[in-house]
Amino acid sequence: MDIERIIFWVFAVILVFAAGRVITVRNPVHAAMHLVLAFFTCAGLWLLLEAEFLAITLVLVYVGAVMVLFLFVVMMLDINMSPLREGFVRYLPLGVIIALVVFSEMFAVVGVKYFGSDVIAIPERHGADYSNVRELGSVLYTDYVYPFEIASVILLVAIIAAIALTMRKRPGTKSQNVAQQVAVKSTDRVRVVKMMSEEKQGSSVRD
Amino acid sequence: MIITLTEYLLLSPEIFILTMACLILVVEAFVGDRYRQASYVLAQLTLLVAAFISGSLIDNEALVMLGGMYVHDPMAALLKTSVFLVTIGAFAYARSYMTAQGGLRGEYYVLGLFAVLGMQVMISSHSLLTVYLGLELLSLSLYAMVAFDRDSPTASEAAMKYFVLGALASGMLLYGMSMLYGATGSLDIATIADVISAQGERSLVLVFGLCFIVVGLAFKFGAVPFHMWVPDVYHGAPTAVTLFIGSAPKIAAFAMAMRLLAESMGGLLVDWQGMLMILAVLSLAIGNVVAIAQTNMKRMLAYSTISHVGFLMLGILSGTDSGYSASMFYAITYALMAIGGFGVIILLSRSGEEADQLDDFRGLNDRSPWFALMMLILMFSMAGVPPTVGFYAKLAVLKAVIDVDMVWLALVAVFFSIIGAFYYIRIIKLMYFDEPVTDAPLKINTDLQIAVSTNSLLVLGLGLFPGALLALCNGVLA
Repeated sequence: MDIERIIFWVFAVILVFAAGRVITVRNPVHAAMHLVLAFFTCAGLWLLLEAEFLAITLVLVYVGAVMVLFLFVVMMLDINMSPLREGFVRYLPLGVIIALVVFSEMFAVVGVKYFGSDVIAIPERHGADYSNVRELGSVLYTDYVYPFEIASVILLVAIIAAIALTMRKRPGTKSQNVAQQVAVKSTDRVRVVKMMSEEKQGSSVRD
Repeated sequence: MIITLTEYLLLSPEIFILTMACLILVVEAFVGDRYRQASYVLAQLTLLVAAFISGSLIDNEALVMLGGMYVHDPMAALLKTSVFLVTIGAFAYARSYMTAQGGLRGEYYVLGLFAVLGMQVMISSHSLLTVYLGLELLSLSLYAMVAFDRDSPTASEAAMKYFVLGALASGMLLYGMSMLYGATGSLDIATIADVISAQGERSLVLVFGLCFIVVGLAFKFGAVPFHMWVPDVYHGAPTAVTLFIGSAPKIAAFAMAMRLLAESMGGLLVDWQGMLMILAVLSLAIGNVVAIAQTNMKRMLAYSTISHVGFLMLGILSGTDSGYSASMFYAITYALMAIGGFGVIILLSRSGEEADQLDDFRGLNDRSPWFALMMLILMFSMAGVPPTVGFYAKLAVLKAVIDVDMVWLALVAVFFSIIGAFYYIRIIKLMYFDEPVTDAPLKINTDLQIAVSTNSLLVLGLGLFPGALLALCNGVLA
């Protein structure tokens, strides 16, 4: 067994374990951390497939940004996960049975005979000077420019939808209006009240 | 890759809609409440111009471009034009709804235009990749539109159901596509068709992928047994959104079925014919029978949609050009009827509450004879009574089914249409022979009057002179 295969098996086992823990641990923070582990090992597997750019992007974007935000949300919202998981144990046997039945049916119909290495040739290895990023870059904005543009529009729609659904002006919220704060004049802050001077009360009594 | 001038011309409806959607977004952000109608007027102008452009492109010959991702053919041009025109109608109703009910804002038009862009991408797709991206663009816009009314629990529930089930359906579709890619080694629709026809015998893995693709399609169409989201979403969403979801996306779904089933997997006709047959018969049966039990108008129209989807599938499963064109005619005319039906609900609603109960239609003839007549035309058309356009749509589909010697299927369809006629005619009975619940006069603004009248008269007019549109549908597929 060569080193590549050993790495694959180690990473695969860790990946399956981490993915399983994501949905079985009680603590949402632990679940998020296991998801980070799953992403990380997944990136390792992609490196074996010579998809270096995608692997690094997975680590940077998902581990670095998305999961950190996710942890923020989990910690800020303080969701009690136990009511969400109430039916989990009760439905688990049924779910496992259905999953096994579906899997074995699919395996019986399709199996591995259509996608084995004897049917689809193993892609050739590239040398050390092969640049994954250059290959991606050369097709992303040429052959795939149309899907790329559509994907960007989908992201734009996601932004619009998120803002449209969460922006609301509620009465009674205390927010700063910087423009008003800058434009404020001294007369707005201090009110000078003119009044007649009064005699000190009780002073004559003490003297 | 160099894009020629001709290709830019053919792409211009998409480019125009995208540019204008972004422009309207900016306009909406800056003018705000002062010129509330600015985004509406701009959106309608955009759709009109786009309809004009793509209408003028119907005669251009078919061309595959952008590295095989995009196809222009007469069918795409016709379907896009009808999507634009139906959306113009939907926006006109939506504006009346917004002034009467509030709750919806200018984002409705922006997201609506992005949904239209998604439909265009689906209609013109020539690769599994673009089919999926267009579908997601459409669905994402629709999810957000359903959730617009955040304070309503039913709307939030509807949006959540729509989102989760839509994601599930997309997953099914993607899994099927991955099988197709594994079996043929290509995402290009023409290449897939070539590989399938080159294989002498049917490969099991292709049929396996086909199953998932049909399930994904049936989810998006709302065909039984994948219809559970339809009544809840139609009921929960604001009426202005419901009428948009129930109309133009059906045309896009038809185009997606054509691209995926007829064009790329035409060689597997025997397999998907049987699957669509089951979906069609179940949709006709469940849709028509369950609609009878509904007391809410929006839910009733949702089940009626399910039964109409059954008819749409009948045309596709016949597998002939005349069947496809009959289905196309059905999709376009159904979209027209659907916006009319929901439009009348908007017309009856008073400020603050929606008139979506059947009781709200009681005695409409006493309150407004003209609009009772308009609703009568729409209901007769949905039931398939001549001389409305619904009759010719059903006739064309049934003829296509009989032409391929599936008379029993036609008989089943007619049988369930007769059952379905009951609940359409019940509305007419409520309007003409029952006493009105309220004497409150209808407060209808002029725009809405014009929109409903035009819509219903168009349904009647297309029924009296169906030849032109039928010939157009036949012509683009020939």
